[in-house]
Amino acid sequence: MTSLDAATARAAEIVIEDGLLGNPVPLWKQTWKRLLRKRSAQVGMIFIGFMILVAIFAPIIAPYDPNQVLIGVEDIKRREAPCVHLLGCDVAKPQHIMGIDGNARDVFSRLVYGSRISLMIGVITVSAALVMGVFLGAIAGFFGGWLDNLIMRVMDVILGFPSLLLAIAIVAVLGPGIVNALLAISVVSVPGYARVTRASVLSVKSQDFVSASRVLGASKWRILFTRVLPNALTPIVVLATMGIAGGILEAAGLSFLGLGAQPPMAEWGTMLGSEKDQIFSSPHLVFFPGIAIVITVLGFNLLGDGLRDALDPRLNA
Amino acid sequence: MSALLELRGVRKEFVIRGGALQRVVGRVNAVTDIDLSIERGRTLGVVGESGCGKSTLARVVVGLHPASGGQIIFDGKQINNATSGIDVASTRRIQMVFQDPYSSLDPRVPVGASIAEGLVVHGIGDAASQRQAVGEILQRVGLPAQAADRYPHEFSGGQRQRIGIARALILEPELLVCDEPTSALDVSVQAQILNLLRLLKKQLNLTMMFISHNLAVVRHIADDVMVMYLGHIVEVAPAATLFANPHHPYSQALLSATPVADPDQRGKRLRLAGELPSPLNPPSGCPFHPRCPLANDRCKAELPALTAVGPTRVACHAVAEGRAFSLHQAMAVQ
Repeated sequence: MTSLDAATARAAEIVIEDGLLGNPVPLWKQTWKRLLRKRSAQVGMIFIGFMILVAIFAPIIAPYDPNQVLIGVEDIKRREAPCVHLLGCDVAKPQHIMGIDGNARDVFSRLVYGSRISLMIGVITVSAALVMGVFLGAIAGFFGGWLDNLIMRVMDVILGFPSLLLAIAIVAVLGPGIVNALLAISVVSVPGYARVTRASVLSVKSQDFVSASRVLGASKWRILFTRVLPNALTPIVVLATMGIAGGILEAAGLSFLGLGAQPPMAEWGTMLGSEKDQIFSSPHLVFFPGIAIVITVLGFNLLGDGLRDALDPRLNA
Repeated sequence: MSALLELRGVRKEFVIRGGALQRVVGRVNAVTDIDLSIERGRTLGVVGESGCGKSTLARVVVGLHPASGGQIIFDGKQINNATSGIDVASTRRIQMVFQDPYSSLDPRVPVGASIAEGLVVHGIGDAASQRQAVGEILQRVGLPAQAADRYPHEFSGGQRQRIGIARALILEPELLVCDEPTSALDVSVQAQILNLLRLLKKQLNLTMMFISHNLAVVRHIADDVMVMYLGHIVEVAPAATLFANPHHPYSQALLSATPVADPDQRGKRLRLAGELPSPLNPPSGCPFHPRCPLANDRCKAELPALTAVGPTRVACHAVAEGRAFSLHQAMAVQ
């Protein structure tokens, strides 16, 4: 018995010294480092960072007021092609690096100011949809039962409509305008977040660390907010990042159809829509707004891709 | 000595729903009519093969699953009610160590926060005293106090299991339910964890319910052993008695299946025919009769009750009727 006691006494000896030296690194910092190593995330962040800088410094970057009609101010014609002095354009003519639009405004200035609206649209629609979707999905997944059925069947009904069509219907009822377009896009994207949140919550809530919290006596709400949701957030963060791209795209689509941002607001979709008939005579009027949309949307999608890899807990080795 | 935990007729039934209307299509009796008592300061080992209901029993005792029937009596008071497991006041006194140390710790918070959760939930102490308590409990389980700031993925399986034990012990429970705490670990680490549990049990005067499918582990740690088969208790006895002289044919088969480090003994074991029956469609009478070499018509018709044979209690008609063999006889017959 004495040797057994000695063995049990040894069990409480401190078993690790190495491997725990040095300062602990917070989890978000580790994730951030992994994110910075991802090529897609790097490119995405460069694109997005570029757009954010453009949006912030729009008044400095833009040479003209985006809504100023330049006929009578300068010697230009409507829908005039780009004139860049560096590329050999006559120095006597005023410089418009992306040309002049159908209302004789500077396309570059409109594009620069448009970045503010597009980024705002992306962030606002996703935030609104995220709050609603995560809340509904978390409740459905965590509490289950009839509440789950009720919430998810309503989401199924919303998903039953093509999203752009439903957004058009909502805008048709509320009236065209940027605010109503934002609302419509948010409502349409709620089911996506609700579904992903629910699925993620379902998989997390069956894990042992949630049971452990229950055994310790934690309340349901405490478990939901401190244990389940933080661990269920990974796919939602990825979805939201890509959702910003989707929101920008849908807002541009609505504006293109004349249901979103109204003229003279400098919005990329509106710029495309109002000049779509001139695509063969003045391609620069649709080319540049199109490129701006592509860069922004691509940036968010790439960042989302990188985030998915960086947040994957299986890589937490 | 008084019983710290007593179960009287505890049942756990899972309802299976299916179809569009979520109608009840089946019921599984995971645990059926469990009567047991654990005296203060003793360790009850619960053994049985996968699917015999031992983990369900553990979860019922700690309140993760509400019992479908029966009484759970802790320290003289009934603590279960029909709807919501066991009452919150008792959760402080009954804690659990989980099987898988990889999924039983929240990967997103430092382990110190996981351990301190019990204190936070029950409003014990302020942040500073909680931190100190976490440091002390970490040292008690053999980890440095600084480990509190680390994340779970920085630890090995054995270290994580120590953290799981620390979390269970921070509320100073009287009853510790261990659900296969060593089965996910390397053999060398298993011994460390077992010895740690033995030491802590002695230091803290714990009562333990130790679930395992590993008989060697149970033999090392348990004072009493309970053998389960398909949700039923088939035999309960003091550990020494059970390992020396198992009565129930199933216990005998289980014991003879433990590997022995003796080449001459190799291959000598009782082999059971057939598979574990589906709990969805349990056999009539004694649950063990389709695989039992001693089964007769009575076994097929009538569920045997637990009856005392010396210090052992065993549920077997053959034992009651004196038809059963001892382990040595059974081996010789085969």
